[in-house]
Amino acid sequence: MYAFDFERPKTLADAVKAMTDEDAVALSGGQTLIPSLKQRLAMPSKLVSLTGIDEIKGICVDDDGRVCIGAATIHADVAAQEYYPALAALASNVGDPAVRNRGTIGGSLANNDPSACYPAAALGSGAVIRTDKREIAADDYFTGMFETALEEGEIITEIKFPVPETAAYMKFEQPASRFALVGVFVAKYADGVRVAVTGASNEGVFRWSEAEAALGSDFSAGALDGLKLDGSNMISDVHGSGDYRAHIAKVMTKRAVEKAG
Amino acid sequence: MPKDGGIGDATKRREDVRFLSGTGNYTDDINVAGQAYVHFLRSDVAHGKITGLDTAAAEGMPGVLRIFTGKDFEGVGGIPCGWQVTDKHGEPMQEPAHPVLAQGKVRHVGDPIAAVVAETREQARDAAEAIEVDIEDLPAVMDMKAALEDGAPKVHDDLSSNLCFDWGFVEDNKAATDAAFESAAHVTTLELVNQRLVANPMEPRVAVGAYNRAGDDYTLYTTSQNPHVIRLLMGAFVLGIPEHKLTVIAPDVGGGFGSKIYHYAEEAFVTFAAKAMNRPVKWTSSRSEAFISDAQGRDHVTKIELALDAENNFTALRTETYANMGAYLSTFAPCVPTYLHGTLMAGNYKTPNIYVNVKAVFTNTVPVDAYRGAGRPEATYQIERVIDKAARELKVDPIALRRQNFITEFPYATPVAVEYDTGDYVATMDKLEEIADVKGFAARRAESEKNGKLRGFGVNCYIEACGIAPSALVGALGARAGLYDAATVRVNATGSISVMVGAHSHGQGHETAFPQVVAEMLGIDPGMIDIVHGDTSKIPFGMGTYGSRSLAVCGSAMVRATEKIINKAKKIAAHLMEASEADIEFKDGQFSVAGTDKSVAWGDVTLAAYVPHNYPLEEIEPGLEETAFYDPANFTYPSGAYACEVEVDPETGKVTVERFAAADDFGNIINPMIVDGQVHGGIGQGIGQALLEQCVYDESGQLLTGSYMDYAMPRADDVPFYAVDHSCQTPCTHNPLGVKGCGEAGAIGSPPSVVNAVIDALQSGGHTVTHIDMPVSPSRVWQAMQG
Repeated sequence: MYAFDFERPKTLADAVKAMTDEDAVALSGGQTLIPSLKQRLAMPSKLVSLTGIDEIKGICVDDDGRVCIGAATIHADVAAQEYYPALAALASNVGDPAVRNRGTIGGSLANNDPSACYPAAALGSGAVIRTDKREIAADDYFTGMFETALEEGEIITEIKFPVPETAAYMKFEQPASRFALVGVFVAKYADGVRVAVTGASNEGVFRWSEAEAALGSDFSAGALDGLKLDGSNMISDVHGSGDYRAHIAKVMTKRAVEKAG
Repeated sequence: MPKDGGIGDATKRREDVRFLSGTGNYTDDINVAGQAYVHFLRSDVAHGKITGLDTAAAEGMPGVLRIFTGKDFEGVGGIPCGWQVTDKHGEPMQEPAHPVLAQGKVRHVGDPIAAVVAETREQARDAAEAIEVDIEDLPAVMDMKAALEDGAPKVHDDLSSNLCFDWGFVEDNKAATDAAFESAAHVTTLELVNQRLVANPMEPRVAVGAYNRAGDDYTLYTTSQNPHVIRLLMGAFVLGIPEHKLTVIAPDVGGGFGSKIYHYAEEAFVTFAAKAMNRPVKWTSSRSEAFISDAQGRDHVTKIELALDAENNFTALRTETYANMGAYLSTFAPCVPTYLHGTLMAGNYKTPNIYVNVKAVFTNTVPVDAYRGAGRPEATYQIERVIDKAARELKVDPIALRRQNFITEFPYATPVAVEYDTGDYVATMDKLEEIADVKGFAARRAESEKNGKLRGFGVNCYIEACGIAPSALVGALGARAGLYDAATVRVNATGSISVMVGAHSHGQGHETAFPQVVAEMLGIDPGMIDIVHGDTSKIPFGMGTYGSRSLAVCGSAMVRATEKIINKAKKIAAHLMEASEADIEFKDGQFSVAGTDKSVAWGDVTLAAYVPHNYPLEEIEPGLEETAFYDPANFTYPSGAYACEVEVDPETGKVTVERFAAADDFGNIINPMIVDGQVHGGIGQGIGQALLEQCVYDESGQLLTGSYMDYAMPRADDVPFYAVDHSCQTPCTHNPLGVKGCGEAGAIGSPPSVVNAVIDALQSGGHTVTHIDMPVSPSRVWQAMQG
């Protein structure tokens, strides 16, 4: 890796200040950033570690009943919480034990890898992403492959998940990386059903609105029978064509509905 | 019951203590005082002309000691090829130069252009980025068939085309084979791809070169399966260093699977630079670098045809294969698709007419060479897939069709130039049907169907020629070296023993299994015996480990040397007991005089050999150390029958291996636990090839699967618990241990049964698919199900 300065602030305010340096990059669990640095694919002037900031760690339930997860909370802790079982199940199957004990939910959402699992949960739950500056609705947050609404130097501090009546995530693994070749998060709320698909689209995680409408009136796998996703704008690579991903997205949606019950 | 620690005992591997506790001594653990570090600047394009190479800025970077380019290697030899194949017209193969550093042209992504030596690894890498290289892109030659068309761009301008050779085997069989097809009652044809694989040993390659001015001698520490081969090739062909001035040391090596047989440019570079700079130079490959610089495996495209008569007897087999050589000829590359492939095309069957055609082709890709099995997996896959397809076309049981055509009498001379000494294919198939529980399959299929899954059963046989190899035979086939091996048994005064062997252990368990043989022969505790390997200054000249040869060839040398030890020890014992040598009996570590109660122990004799106070010096020399070289009379021919059961998820196409059974005939077995482990690992690699692994380049020659994010290695949960049996034993008739070798069997024998099982599953679900190329990935299965 290239040489860089390193800071590990103890407070959010110090972190925000440290991030004002040109080419400073926030480092959370480092499960994507560190390999990128090792391969010399990134050349930050400074790494600002967020893992020493206690105020952005931990899990609680707020007055509105939302599960609030500090951005620097590791996957293993998300997997261990009991407030939102479908989210816990998703976190328990991210990477391997080493990844789950270093990687954080905030790091994953800030990176917005098109094949990551958390974006599906955040979008599928209509979560709110809180930063040092503002709150961003998940629907406005994911803007494309590796792209988000975050501004330069902006730091995610917390993610607030409204807890659905029932939900499930189904991941079809890419054989090599075991990231989601396609992952589908289905959540049923009193006011409707949300379906978020990760891994499939060239534009990153997206909501499958036709499926949401169909499931809104009949929450059963059979309700999806007549629906079909368009594979033409889906990722096509050595692991599968766009059409294959479109097909798998439907199969995973059905299975998620069945699992959610 | 086997004796404790002797032949047949499942002794735990003594080397695992250091491997599992992190105390192994690997090449990267070796640091020579004053060493500098090299980083190779590698081509990021597949094919291009170097029009500018400016190192001036880089030379001024911190810590930089010297930058080498192709110019520094003008007049230095290139990386040699160890085999010369003669084509079907009797002409030698086209053999391009393979420079240590690129000379004017780059021919694959990863081809080294320059080498920066600096005080630290990071400084070398920083400086490499400051080198200015101008490359004029040339069209990349990627597809083998397109590469052979008129007017195709040439990988090597000085060759007449991209064809390395067009080989016919056996050329004299061609007319009879074609005639047999004319009169066949049924012909089954199959076109298939044996995809390119990356070997991926756990330890990437490392090389440390050192030069000693006082003695004008060199030491190379390297991750090699055969240090003497590296000394021979690099010393004689590349750098011109005589053997007595060059030591090659391959310490603990973390897996090779073939990819560490070959002499690589990086080894020559660090040795050359160590003298040029009078400083030791170290190179450690990154995993990313391994993907573009380690020789890769397989990459054959084949059309195979099987002719049968009206009674379903095989009457002829004909193949046409395109074999990718990559951009240069790696050490063994030309022999893999020819003598390790064509000679195996009879398989386990008495097909009377066989003709194999192989066109070896240069492309702008990483060189291809032997990878676990090497040529034999490709042969087995073709034969066993086409037989399965024939059985389905003829609506006969695939096992019955195989049984009907088995070779049953031995020795058997095949139409493809080899003679199988022993085997019992009926016995291994009987054993397979038992351990695979063929009878229970229908119930298991019904259960799977209840769960919405398609279940399939696939079987295959395999034969391999290993224990490589008789020197006279391989010499006639084009090998430029002999393939014997050697062992020195050094008995110490107290009776402990060091056995110096030419074979190299990098996962095979030699350090445990070899002492078991000597302990059995001498009747002593195997703990008194250590194996020394991997250092050319300590061991006799041996050819190393590959082709399942270590025990069959080097183990045989060790037996011969131990026999010499026993003969001499008997003479000493006879003297000590004042008896005639003819009356000396040696059993369980005791020498006794027949018909008397007189005896002396092993330790008494060894002490006398080194403290010859009372010793017949006029008749025998003091000391007790013997060397033997062993060159086998034939290959060995392990064989077996494998069965795989898969479930296919019809909605996603995902295949899971539910059961896997392997019945092998390895001849005699020294350590059954190690044999189990070798078979388990081999099957894991075979399932990896069948379902997961593939090395893919795009049209411009960029590697799309250059990391584990896209190159799918098999993991523990991709494979089931295996049923492995090696109780069918027809000992090899021509080596003293009766052993055949087991290192490659699993990888050779497993891919066809996996694919056969998938086809069986899909056809059971009403799909008409007859073939899917490996890896049988979910998307390929789904695509096939779409019709």
